[in-house]
Amino acid sequence: MIWNEQAETMPREELVKVQLSRLQSQVERVYATVPYYRQKMDDAGVAPGDIKSLQDIRRLPFTTKEDLRKNYPFGLFTVPLERVVRIHASSGTTGQPTVVGYTRRDIKMWAEMMARSLAAAGVTRKDVVHNAYGYGLFTGGLGAHYGAEEMGCAVIPISGGNSKRQITIMKDFGSTVLLATPSYTLNLADTMADMGVDPSELKLRVGIFGAEPWSEQMRQEIEKRLQIKAIDIYGLSEVLGPGVAVECIEEQKGLHIMEDHFLPEIVDRDTFEPLPVGEKGELVFTTLTKEAFPVIRYRTKDICQLIPDVCTCGRTFYRMPKVTGRTDDMLIIRGVNVFPSQIEEILMKVEGVEPHYQIVVEREGNLDSIEVQVEVSEDVFSDEVKILEKLAATIRTNIKDLLGISSRIKLVEPKTIQRSEGKAQRVIDKRKI
Amino acid sequence: MQVQQVAVFLENKSGRLAEISHCLAEGGVNIRALSLADTADFGILRLVADNTDKARTILKENGFTVGVTEVVAVAAEDRPGGLDKILQVVSKASLNVEYMYAFTQKSGESGLLLFRFDNQEQAIAAFTGAGIRILSGEEVHSM
Repeated sequence: MIWNEQAETMPREELVKVQLSRLQSQVERVYATVPYYRQKMDDAGVAPGDIKSLQDIRRLPFTTKEDLRKNYPFGLFTVPLERVVRIHASSGTTGQPTVVGYTRRDIKMWAEMMARSLAAAGVTRKDVVHNAYGYGLFTGGLGAHYGAEEMGCAVIPISGGNSKRQITIMKDFGSTVLLATPSYTLNLADTMADMGVDPSELKLRVGIFGAEPWSEQMRQEIEKRLQIKAIDIYGLSEVLGPGVAVECIEEQKGLHIMEDHFLPEIVDRDTFEPLPVGEKGELVFTTLTKEAFPVIRYRTKDICQLIPDVCTCGRTFYRMPKVTGRTDDMLIIRGVNVFPSQIEEILMKVEGVEPHYQIVVEREGNLDSIEVQVEVSEDVFSDEVKILEKLAATIRTNIKDLLGISSRIKLVEPKTIQRSEGKAQRVIDKRKI
Repeated sequence: MQVQQVAVFLENKSGRLAEISHCLAEGGVNIRALSLADTADFGILRLVADNTDKARTILKENGFTVGVTEVVAVAAEDRPGGLDKILQVVSKASLNVEYMYAFTQKSGESGLLLFRFDNQEQAIAAFTGAGIRILSGEEVHSM
């Protein structure tokens, strides 16, 4: 089913016209209301009137996470707070959290994007939606919630955690659609097995999964273990939250980007020059209709490409493959964003440890595991086992406190971690995503 | 009154121990005593050599993390009860042992116990008070 047939199956010539007029008014609006954007555009020598075609977007400066941080918390909002009805924020583990706001109209648009996503996954108003995305500052929970309500589904706002109860509720309430992160879903499958619950006893038939990278292999496993269809959804809070792009159940091959609201570009990962459709590079988004917190050419750092063919489902929007790579060294571990620099800071704070380290990420079964290898320098070495064990435990605790993830700390001999000529290779990601 | 001990950090990898013995052999260092403490992830090799500085330099040059600590060497009578006599002193004085290891001298007259206490001075005083012989560094290194 297609939620908004007129928009989602629009011929490309028409879509381009819609995109251009929305882009023009968006650029005018941010120029008029956000001094930071105005300054950046003035510096780049571009005025709103210069945007005469979609190609002219390349004249506009990029926006990065750094820009968002510089304007913490509300500096990039285009409306006064009295018009903002919702504020979300990232967890702030990498420094200043990024704060995003929504007007009433933004929330309505978001609900539509999620309703479109649910419809693409074959969900209808008769469904019972089990929403296990976290509720709170994280955009997943409430974003999905409003979309399911918009569609008219019965929504169970269960949020994450307490897996046994989740399964009891699925059974008793007859949940038919599951929204969760893929890794938590496999956790739920394990819990079901522990409880002796056979998935065939449940009414679940489809799941919509996102917020972290996951593989085709993981999809097959989820589909097999829960006996459901598994649909991929994409979004990021800076652009909207969940619902920026979604797979259709017909093809399950590439995610349709809601192009009438989010203009995608692919740029070269080194030169940042726009690339032709189909080539691989960094995904960049410009929001076309968002009011409170629009972004102009926001660099997602996700490596992606655009698939221009019209899909058998009828949607004309470009698709993007599953995102599996990043241009920065950010790792997503069990849904948590982790930068090696954060681990480095922790190591430096543990007195005397010179941060020669390496992070090894693996997927054991369904869960990501992270091992931090730290070279033992003479400053921290002790001939007593308990002192070295305490050092490892302190590092582990500090990582857990700051990043919220459990890790294994392995103390290794100096010079055993490979030195590289240029940028240190801090991360060895052995996961097959 | 104390004996210098060389401690080396070791990853649990096969062949590492042999590399240490090989370096020391090449450098002509004689090992008087050694012990290996191991955990799941790493080990600590502790050894007393005839020449501490030389042992340390050689190992450092070969990329090992090396520390030098002092241990207390105590002679124990080489007969039943010999060890017990010493440990009774340790117990009565409430000395906290971080680790210990032992070896028997060639002569067969006495065993030698190497102790690391959290308070070495207090331990030396307790042994001296109980009439137990403590060996000097020179004695042990040149055995």
